Amino acid sequence: MTVRTKTKDDDVILSAALAGAEPARLRVNKAYKMFVGGAFVRSESGRYFQVTSAEGGADPDVVNLPRGSRKDARDAVLAAKNAWGGWAGKTAYNRGQILYRLAEVMESRRPELTASLERGGESPADAAVEVDAAIDRAVFYAGFCDKFHALVASSNPVAGPHFGFSVPEPMGVVAIAAPARPALLGLVSTVLPVIAGGNVAVAIASERDPRTAVVFCECLATSDLPGGVVNVLTGQAAEIAPPLARHREVVGIDAWTADDALRAALERDGSESVKRVKTHAPLAPAAWLDDRVGQGIGWIERFLETKTIWHPVGI
Amino acid sequence: MSREMTKAAQPSAAARGGAPERAAADGAEPRLVFGRAWDYAPAPEAADHVTIAPRYDLFIGGAWRAPRSGKYFDTINPATESKLSEVAEANAADVDDAVRAARAAYESTWSKMKASERAKYIFRIARAIQEKARELAIVESMDGGKPIKESRDVDVPLAAAHFFYHAGWADKLDYAFHGRTARPLGVAGQIIPWNFPLLMAAWKIAPALACGNTVVLKPAETTPLSALLLARIIEEAELPPGVVNIVTGAGETGAALAAHPGVDKVAFTGSTEIGKRIQKALAGTKKRLTLELGGKAANIVFADAPIDQAVEGIVGGIYFNQGHVCCAGSRLLVEESVHDVIVRKLKDRVATLRVGDPLDKNTDVGAINSKMQLDKIKQLVDAGAAEGAERYSAPCALPEKGYWFPPTFFTGASQSSRIAREEIFGPVLTVLTFRTPDEALEKANNTMYGLSAGIWTDKGAKIFWMAERLKAGVVWGNTYNKFDPSSPFGGYKESGFGREGGRQGLSAYVELDG
Repeated sequence: MTVRTKTKDDDVILSAALAGAEPARLRVNKAYKMFVGGAFVRSESGRYFQVTSAEGGADPDVVNLPRGSRKDARDAVLAAKNAWGGWAGKTAYNRGQILYRLAEVMESRRPELTASLERGGESPADAAVEVDAAIDRAVFYAGFCDKFHALVASSNPVAGPHFGFSVPEPMGVVAIAAPARPALLGLVSTVLPVIAGGNVAVAIASERDPRTAVVFCECLATSDLPGGVVNVLTGQAAEIAPPLARHREVVGIDAWTADDALRAALERDGSESVKRVKTHAPLAPAAWLDDRVGQGIGWIERFLETKTIWHPVGI
Repeated sequence: MSREMTKAAQPSAAARGGAPERAAADGAEPRLVFGRAWDYAPAPEAADHVTIAPRYDLFIGGAWRAPRSGKYFDTINPATESKLSEVAEANAADVDDAVRAARAAYESTWSKMKASERAKYIFRIARAIQEKARELAIVESMDGGKPIKESRDVDVPLAAAHFFYHAGWADKLDYAFHGRTARPLGVAGQIIPWNFPLLMAAWKIAPALACGNTVVLKPAETTPLSALLLARIIEEAELPPGVVNIVTGAGETGAALAAHPGVDKVAFTGSTEIGKRIQKALAGTKKRLTLELGGKAANIVFADAPIDQAVEGIVGGIYFNQGHVCCAGSRLLVEESVHDVIVRKLKDRVATLRVGDPLDKNTDVGAINSKMQLDKIKQLVDAGAAEGAERYSAPCALPEKGYWFPPTFFTGASQSSRIAREEIFGPVLTVLTFRTPDEALEKANNTMYGLSAGIWTDKGAKIFWMAERLKAGVVWGNTYNKFDPSSPFGGYKESGFGREGGRQGLSAYVELDG
């Protein structure tokens, strides 16, 4: 890969300097990092990979991202597991409030999210539509946190003097391989139902546009979401997903990778600890915009347990 | 008992003012007398950041309008009897304007709007209530007399929670009715009481809007201010004009609203007497109706109950909000073997309740909402004494100005006495006894009401056994007066019909196919 030493903006500054003019201000570039345990971190491996930008904007032509490792995946699972008790223990109402706060923060960062998608290759129109849908999806799940119980739980009319009921419970750490496109809406649509249900997530960002995932993580980091509830790794799904599928503390896998062999491998790996492995051939990016496809109670229910409780009735 | 002992053992408690001393209680167990050791320094909530306008108009079609009636009435602070503001009195023509505005908003925007957009408007209202929470709490306490700790910690947060909760339903109605399709009803006319003014406004407005209806709300005559502040919030949230209209007034305004032919649904919370009148008035019309009416709830304490915990539940059950609570645990049914100990503990506990300035953060029991309500309470209490029941009232000093009644309970009342049958809607408890669970049930269900009930026992199976047999819409086991937007609330029998809150509460505001 070509190593570039300067960007177009730098050219402008250089030529201004050469002309003896007052130099324009030099941009400060952002270091993109993974989001683990509420902190922005580099890979323990020290490795990186690069993504290029469409022209203009706040980034150089090429940015470096951490290439997450197996150890990073394990660290993320640990962070998630540690956050789970607190998250599952919050009231459903409180979880909803936090997700609504996330929607508010995403709305206020709309220009940044849109610009990031554009730099990742989306047209301005498509980027705007995707960001709108992602924010509205956050609102949708904010409102679902304290509703799905009433829809999936039951009072069981057992034939005897017992009061029986079956209630949903979160499972724990769910690993997600987000689709390549749409980079933002795909991540939002897979992660939010998992945490709305009281689970915690370790997600692998779109390999094609991981930068937007990092901007989304900055929204998560400023939305009252406890650290570790959502962890986002950047790098190669083929490298990071299998150790997650084999990890005993991971209870579910939701993989949206185009790699058929990888999906099959995750299903095999997940069987070792009887995980719920959900693998999907990628949807067309536009399909994620459809509310009937890209959101719903089924997305929450996939990673819930049902607990049935019996209690005698008598004096 | 152990708790009292522990407190007395601390030297600091004694040092604050007068050493606790032991006194004989009922000639049996020793009891601690605290003298002035329980005194609290004044802790007034600062109200200087709150502005109450000298006059409020009607909120119709998104604008503030002078009433066609040309009339205004005073709303006063029941703790001081001083005038807080004057409020427009809507007459039939004003109500007609409001219903037309609601109809226009329903047809032009609200029923056509994408559900997820409707949701976002309702979320905005919820957020603004949170942002203005303290102001709302202070105004609620000033206008209605309830202690600031209740308006601050119960009324206002629950009101916000109701808007949050129902906002989330707006785009999920397809899930709520088992595959049946829900359509909005149209214009909802909603009439609410004075005991939880803002919270009742939230219980009414939030589900109506979520289901796609528009609203004309009439707040209670004695407590209009918080609903008017809510109107301001709705205005600032930029809801389309006419989606929510607030018409203030007294009974006639409410009657005009319920009778208006442009109203598709009437929702009423208030007395059973008025509820019956509304149901009668609506007979023969196609209007939908839900009623949340009076109660005379049994709070049932078994001998195996955690007694101290039960005493706290009894006190909270009846003295919360001065007993101005439709689901108040106003009939205490105690298993005979623990009657004496519970009555003694109840006396001790009631004596510690702090009655007074609603804006004082330590106040437990505030002012009675109105002179009229105070008179009604006094009349029933006199009837209780006349019928031979033994009265105990907390030995508390009451302020000279304002409307006040000390926390009171009666023992030795008969099941047939007025204080055991009629809703007093004040800080007055009637203690009755029973010997068996069957007798407790018989007595608990022996009422025209059926809103709520409480059961106190260490035996889980007994809670469920009783709960199955109690004719009440809400049953609390080892707790009392718990409310949550996700939990349906409403009554059996003459306590009304329909539920508010939860998935079930949505039914009141939709038309379903099939």
